[in-house]
Amino acid sequence: MDILIEGLSKAYDNQKAVDNISFEVRTGEIVGFLGPNGAGKTTTMKMITQFISPDAGRITIGGKVIAKENIRGSIGYLPENNPLYEDMPVMDYLAFCGQLQGIRKNQLEQRVREMVVMCGLNEEKHKKIGELSKGYRQRVGLAQAMIHDPAILILDEPTTGLDPNQRVEIRELIKRLGMHKSVILSTHILPEVEATCDRILIINKGQIVANGTAETLRSQATGKSILLVDIEGAPRPVIEKELRSMPGITGVGLSPDHRLLEIECTDSHQTARSVYKMCVSKDWMLLQMSPVETRLEDIFRNVTLN
Amino acid sequence: MRESWIIARKELNSFFDSLVAYILLIAFLGFSGFFTWLWGSDVFYHKQASLNTFFNVALWSLFFFIPAITMRQFAEEKKSGTIELLLTKRLTDRQLVIGKYLACLLLVAIALAFTLPYYVSIARLGNIDHGSTITGYLGLLLMSSAYVSIGLLASSFTNNQIVAFLLALLAGVVFQFILGSVGSGQTGWIGSLLTDLSIPHHYDSMSRGVIDTKDVLYFLALTFLGLMLTEVVISKRK
Repeated sequence: MDILIEGLSKAYDNQKAVDNISFEVRTGEIVGFLGPNGAGKTTTMKMITQFISPDAGRITIGGKVIAKENIRGSIGYLPENNPLYEDMPVMDYLAFCGQLQGIRKNQLEQRVREMVVMCGLNEEKHKKIGELSKGYRQRVGLAQAMIHDPAILILDEPTTGLDPNQRVEIRELIKRLGMHKSVILSTHILPEVEATCDRILIINKGQIVANGTAETLRSQATGKSILLVDIEGAPRPVIEKELRSMPGITGVGLSPDHRLLEIECTDSHQTARSVYKMCVSKDWMLLQMSPVETRLEDIFRNVTLN
Repeated sequence: MRESWIIARKELNSFFDSLVAYILLIAFLGFSGFFTWLWGSDVFYHKQASLNTFFNVALWSLFFFIPAITMRQFAEEKKSGTIELLLTKRLTDRQLVIGKYLACLLLVAIALAFTLPYYVSIARLGNIDHGSTITGYLGLLLMSSAYVSIGLLASSFTNNQIVAFLLALLAGVVFQFILGSVGSGQTGWIGSLLTDLSIPHHYDSMSRGVIDTKDVLYFLALTFLGLMLTEVVISKRK
């Protein structure tokens, strides 16, 4: 099912939490929702899951407008901080959630068993939720979100508080399950978004400030590329001066570790060639030259710090 | 209705899983049993084969018992965030409120069912008035239903269980004493209105065996109002 969000707004006591945002998520797509704390990620998710109602705007899911129809049954939701009934055993809890999602009695037991296997909970299934480690609790949260096989998954920070191994496992699980679903997941962990998501939405102060794949965001973010070079054969100021005079180069500086020269240019490919030719003509040694990819962290900082 | 029943069953299970139910049942039966049979103006002091003594004591036990079972219903869900889990499932606010109400009322009904041996014992001791006993139980149930809905409303206001308990108790004090005593000190329509709003005014006649539609409607209206306001409070989430 496709999710279409148009002009969504929500304010808390005159403070705008979400300010006129619009985006779309198509079936089979995993969208990463990024943003600093308090940017409006959780509020947006709560509106999509019908927990709170928007002040303005429209959410359409699978062609149905949310306010008019109850489409909660086609959404699986893992809320922030993964709230659970600590004193319930895993199996009972999953059965309870399944019943609330309208699974029939004769299918309930089988469905619970499937989720236990799928989320790797088999060893812990008879324990009370309060006795489980954080990783297993997270799996229980995912299992309850998916028990009715929803077309849409909304996951609010599904990997917070997990160790790196658990994070990889949960990530793989989401990827596997997300193939035929529309998934929105929010996170603070940037490499995770690159590894899991097809598309990235960055939200800041209630507004969407970036929307696209990691690659398109990179190219949009700075508009310029960076080359790291190491040249031998003349004193550094001479080399810098020569580089600055070349067309296409907008700046020359030292790399953070002071060993290499950092060249800012508009087209790294073209600049690399002319740097090489210049070195040949001056009889300088070109020891190293490498293009630098803009890191997602930098893009994030760029668009969220103003 | 199916959804409400799922909630009610889960809540009842968690009452019995967490010892809450056992502690409260023992306290209720111990307290009401002690004053009915052993101490003060008990059955033997009155020398009448009637459960009037029990009905008066039960009123007071339930006065504390009900806020203790309703206090966690919404306060805890709000505090732990599980309310978000429930209300993003195929469950409306109203179904949730009704489910919680049913669970609490059923627990009270179970407690009352355990006092049926009192009835049997007294019936064997003398010539009991079956009619007034049945209306007495009905009165207790109706009054409990009103208190449960007040307790749920109190619980929906806050995410602190103690606050919910005290609020419910405070509301109980208002309905139990203040309305009646202020009402009896006033003349004219204000006085009669306040008296009409107090719970003992309606409960006492039922515990004596008189069923008046007015009394039944009063308790049902109070229940309905409490549940409706609870739903309004729950739906006003941020």
